[in-house]
Amino acid sequence: MDEKITRKSLQVKDIRTRLSQNGGRAYWRSLDELANTDEFQEMVQREFPDQASEMKDPVSRRNFLKLMGASLAFGGLTGCTIQPPEKIVPFVRAPENLIPGKPLYFASAMSLGGVATGILVESHMGRPTHIEGNPEHPASQGGVNALIQASILDLYDPDRAQVVKNAGMISTWDAFTQALGKNLTTQQFKKGKGLRILTETLTSPTLGHQLKTLLEKFPAARWHQYEPANRDNVRAGSILAFGEAANTYYDFSKADVILSLDADFTFSGAGNTRYARDFAARRRVAEATESMNRLYAVESTPSATGSIADHRLALNSGELEALTLALAEKLGVALKSNPESTPYNDHSGWLDPLVRDLKKHSGSSLVIAGDYQPPAIHALVHAINQNLGNVGKTVHYTEPLEVESVDQNQSLTELVHDMRAGQVDMLIIVGGNPIFNAPMDLDFASALRKVEFRAHMGLYENETSELCHWHLPESHYLETWGDARAYDGTVSIVQPLIQPLYGTKSPYDLLGTLIGQGGKPVLDILRAYWLDQNLALDFEKFWQQSLHDGLLSQSALPRKDLRVDSTLQVSPELGKNLEEEELELILRPDATIWDGRYVNNGWLQETPNPITKLTWDNAALISPDTAERLGLKNEQVVKLDYAGQTLSVPVWLVPGQASDVVALHLGYGQNHSGRVGNGTGFNAYALRNSSAQWGGAGLKLNATFDYHSLASTQDHHSMEGRHLVRHGDLEQFAKHPTFAQEEGHNFPEDLTLYSGFEYNGNAWGMTIDLNACIGCNACSVACQSENNIPIVGKDEVLNGREMSWIRIDRYYTDLDEPEIFHQPVPCQQCENAPCELVCPVTATSHSAEGLNDMVYNRCVGTRYCSNNCPYKVRRFNFLQYADRDSESLKLQNNPDVTVRYRGVMEKCTYCVQRINSARIESKKSGEPIRDGQIKTACEQACPTEAIAFGDINDSKGRVGRLKASPLNYEILNELNTRPRTSYLARIKNPNPEIVES
Amino acid sequence: MSEAAKPSEKQYIPPPSELGSGQTSYTSITEKISSVVLTRSTPLVWFISLLVGFTLLQALLIAVAYLFYEGTGIWGLNIPIGWGFAIINFVWWIGIGHAGTLISAVLLLFRQKWRTSINRSAEAMTIFAVMCAAMFPLIHTGRPWLAAYWLLPYPNSMDIWPQFRSPLIWDVFAVSTYFSVSLVFWTLGMIPDFASFRDRAKNRITQIIFGVLAMGWRGSAIHWERYEMASLLLAGLATPLVLSVHSVVSLDFAVSIIPGWHTTIFPPYFVAGAIFAGFAMVLTLMIPVRRIYGLQDFITDRHLENMAKVMLVSGLIVGYGYFMEQFMAWYSASVFEGYMMQNRMHGPYGSYYWALILCNILVPQLLWIKSCRTSTIWLFVVSMFINVGMWLERFIIVVTSLHRDFMPSSWDMYHPTIWDWATYIGTIGLFLFLFVLFIRGLPLIAIHEIRTLLPIGGKKS
Repeated sequence: MDEKITRKSLQVKDIRTRLSQNGGRAYWRSLDELANTDEFQEMVQREFPDQASEMKDPVSRRNFLKLMGASLAFGGLTGCTIQPPEKIVPFVRAPENLIPGKPLYFASAMSLGGVATGILVESHMGRPTHIEGNPEHPASQGGVNALIQASILDLYDPDRAQVVKNAGMISTWDAFTQALGKNLTTQQFKKGKGLRILTETLTSPTLGHQLKTLLEKFPAARWHQYEPANRDNVRAGSILAFGEAANTYYDFSKADVILSLDADFTFSGAGNTRYARDFAARRRVAEATESMNRLYAVESTPSATGSIADHRLALNSGELEALTLALAEKLGVALKSNPESTPYNDHSGWLDPLVRDLKKHSGSSLVIAGDYQPPAIHALVHAINQNLGNVGKTVHYTEPLEVESVDQNQSLTELVHDMRAGQVDMLIIVGGNPIFNAPMDLDFASALRKVEFRAHMGLYENETSELCHWHLPESHYLETWGDARAYDGTVSIVQPLIQPLYGTKSPYDLLGTLIGQGGKPVLDILRAYWLDQNLALDFEKFWQQSLHDGLLSQSALPRKDLRVDSTLQVSPELGKNLEEEELELILRPDATIWDGRYVNNGWLQETPNPITKLTWDNAALISPDTAERLGLKNEQVVKLDYAGQTLSVPVWLVPGQASDVVALHLGYGQNHSGRVGNGTGFNAYALRNSSAQWGGAGLKLNATFDYHSLASTQDHHSMEGRHLVRHGDLEQFAKHPTFAQEEGHNFPEDLTLYSGFEYNGNAWGMTIDLNACIGCNACSVACQSENNIPIVGKDEVLNGREMSWIRIDRYYTDLDEPEIFHQPVPCQQCENAPCELVCPVTATSHSAEGLNDMVYNRCVGTRYCSNNCPYKVRRFNFLQYADRDSESLKLQNNPDVTVRYRGVMEKCTYCVQRINSARIESKKSGEPIRDGQIKTACEQACPTEAIAFGDINDSKGRVGRLKASPLNYEILNELNTRPRTSYLARIKNPNPEIVES
Repeated sequence: MSEAAKPSEKQYIPPPSELGSGQTSYTSITEKISSVVLTRSTPLVWFISLLVGFTLLQALLIAVAYLFYEGTGIWGLNIPIGWGFAIINFVWWIGIGHAGTLISAVLLLFRQKWRTSINRSAEAMTIFAVMCAAMFPLIHTGRPWLAAYWLLPYPNSMDIWPQFRSPLIWDVFAVSTYFSVSLVFWTLGMIPDFASFRDRAKNRITQIIFGVLAMGWRGSAIHWERYEMASLLLAGLATPLVLSVHSVVSLDFAVSIIPGWHTTIFPPYFVAGAIFAGFAMVLTLMIPVRRIYGLQDFITDRHLENMAKVMLVSGLIVGYGYFMEQFMAWYSASVFEGYMMQNRMHGPYGSYYWALILCNILVPQLLWIKSCRTSTIWLFVVSMFINVGMWLERFIIVVTSLHRDFMPSSWDMYHPTIWDWATYIGTIGLFLFLFVLFIRGLPLIAIHEIRTLLPIGGKKS
């Protein structure tokens, strides 16, 4: 009878019939019992298509919650679509190590752009709550960036795709498998001629193996890869230089002189966390006699890396190319033919000193080109590094990380071509959102419509799912097994922390279904693959060790010796400068939401861009002088016209941007992303085409009279003569080591009649090394995740009510050629805290260990403490910011930290919950707390190890030693606040030749 | 006083200098003042004023209800500007209240006889202004339902006390003391007049109401003796309050370390400002009231002129305060103080600062001219300027100091919302509503004290 059920209506009669046919049972004890069959679930779900459509509407939160409530009740009826029948019984024997109140840590890995970073995930009673770096993983070494940490929020995002949908209606995996099977059978006869798979960049050996198996089974099928933030140019550059695609990675620990050509290597791209750590380690100078590395940065739009450079030059792309050409020529790189462009005009007087510096450090220098620079630049850089003798020392080559390295732009173009030609019968899209982010000229949508069977697997229902017959909800990486390669090829194991929250499956499951492994657990697929690789004699032991470590040991790809043998052929266009008054467009992935995949992640939306400090929006970034020339004001909407495509977007003035360059960040402007991401920003993909993925010259800009308000977390960019960030150069430091401490006024210790507090036990303190801080926001997101800090939304950021406990102040020195400084500011935990004495109810008071404790229960919210805080680090819950309604988001909360109610002041506590747990351990064991045993969340996350926390009574401890450094200073100490948080002044290492000129 | 004691109406008594020419006998005084409450038909203006006050009061109720429901986020506050309209209005209202106490207590002790005709209404103004003021520190907190009692030192099992180092706790004591002393003083002063009303009541209900309020006052000599002693004691109690309350309020700012707040001149400067603002408000209220009820004989031009003189003097002290702030910003050579003053004058709120100088310093200089001091229109205009100016002063102190303090990265702007305005205007409504009820329902001029001004009345106080 099941076959007779039509899609549109469900007759109660049918159920009655069904009930009457259940002869064996006289009664059904619950609806569940009756309903717990797939067929019935399907019927029930199809009975209420209204509900499905309602979920798609942009409903208000209140409505949404009502619906959620309804669907919860409904869920009880249907007994869930996918979860395996499980009995809920108490543990007979408690699982090993699972102690309520004590978190467990598991090694896993997260990939972005296919490249994995090892992480440790904190789990409270089975709930992953916080992500830290995996100290044993080469790509992390304990550090972790903001994107990775924030990815945990996606797991709990209530807007995630939760059910299989067929043509917009709720369906089941079985229905999909059936439909898929039917189509696959047809394909089998055609050897898969009409079958196409589209994935994002894929480095997972297991998934790659599955795909290859699929291609063996269907020899005529094709596998395409595309993601918008691809590294096509890097690949093409390597083919140009070596004749083959190769993966390049760097060893910054051996680099003394670094030239970055638009490479934001400390902040984004493959291996950034590790690079940041190695790079910063070479910049740390505690003594005046120590040496440090030197970074030259040339870039079009300011980046985190550029902001810590010793020499920074803002050039447009043409000038940057000309500079590279000139550099290559001076370093003896032979070209087949010289480009027609005018030679590099060295206004800054950089070039010769730079060349001499690089030559002097042959073998310990490093030139690195940004992922989005044209292939020729990459090829030139390979040749330059080779001539400088850096290959094998600071630069290493391996086989590509990808299972199959392709030119993604071309791969997608071919797919579109095939689709348009009607050669594609079925297309399975795994991840990504090509309708939204494929190059505009390909018109992916219209081509896709020609495909008869289209399925899309993704974390979210997006524009692409909308146009596909089937949407398959993908498991979050914390819900599934998997593997991927790190920047040096190290195989990292993705370990699930929790059962899938919804009826989701992973790409491994999907591929398994395609190749006849349907239903096989992913863990089995994964183990089977690695068992076959014969990596160890005792596989079980090897596997357990790998799970523990989060990686397969010794699995980094072997280094290859690649040489640029022939002379290079570069395009004659290379280095072509802009015409007079011509504008250039550059497109880049966003600093927080990347290619748009994190657009619905509230933490990242509210994390300010490290340079512009914008939240919740992107903007057309232009330099102040260009704005002046064009008569543009901040937030004024302009109409950009590039290669026939237009976009209206507000401008934002950025000191340090190259003149005549308009920079736009990708990923914003989505309308299908969810409650957080909808309506934020402007879709820069609208200006992107396949021949100019990262922009180019010839942009037209027309000003309009409209304004769009942009939410920046910092409105004032000058230090106004206050000695907040203190800085000097290496030479100054050598001559006068205490220069930083003597800047500004110091409060004389003997001016007060009162003796200070005595701290006989621990006295907690922190140092922040401004020489290492790149302003990457990792600390800020770590803090948000650890301390249950709510997001407030764009309007509230505009109102100046953002909640971050550790903010990163960014100051410029100048409008046109600024130095850029970052300064993370958490609570300074003053010994003479101005906040403490003004609170009428003693809600903030001094602890015996010198912390300014905040007692949320006691706080009545007079805000007097915040007014009296000179550092303005206190945050107030003006409204009910903490989400107390969304059930799934509650799972993310750290149980050791209170979720604050409205009307309560909050601030950085130095992660007092971590201190307390260490103290409890210490009391139990009788051992004192070791130096470094307590790490605050910000300290732990910091990729550059700029933050150090510890006991200042322990003069031999890390913080004790750092506080003794001549660079150590406290901000606003003329107020006699005596902060426990202090800063290490920033030291630059400029090239003396350039300084003199 | 029994009717028998009253002198013959035909007997000629020269009018005293404190009163206008028409008021010559006990009866006419009592008749005129009590008629406002007891006999005269209520003028239309009274109903209009009541309606306006009542309407604005509704704005307050709605604004506060929404505030409690949604949180302080409905106001334009942020970090760094943690205090806005609520604290500005608090200081403004408290300041206004000061004139009442000054008139009723200090001038009583200094035996300034001219105060008698204005002290009752000035005291009423004090009570109502303090009611408006006292509301703000409570509702501006994030969790008023807890602040309502956690700020009080009550014994509890947790042994938790308020923080006595915090100026906000001093505020609690200062304002509550001020309110209770003012209320008692005011109520006590009305008892003889209640008795007159009781005696002259035209109907039973009025008689009962005023009978109860009169608390058995019979006008016996021992009553009078005790009454005088109590008045004197309360005046003695209230006099230091004139100085202390606003000093304590100023310490909310002076104790902090924020440039623009952290100033030792604040206590005297705030007290002078309070008297300045208070007299301006008394004039703002009295000028229309005496016209509507024809009380020119009681509240004479001489009264107005005296008040104008007090305003002129206190205004000059305030001006000195402004000057000293400027001077100290320069003399301290502190980059923070210097910037604060630059920012006040030339920053985004610069126009507010110059408006403040205009209202509080320049316009009051008109009071040097006698014709301005004696012209009700000029006085009304000047006092309105001062009302606005003193509000601006508090705005400048609270907002411009906070919005740009030590860390330039945190600098921000304050944009008051409709709810800020609704709460502010709502308290004006509350004040107006209460004051209008007072005029109609209670003796708006102290009858028995006015009678002492008559030469035959003898000297009592």
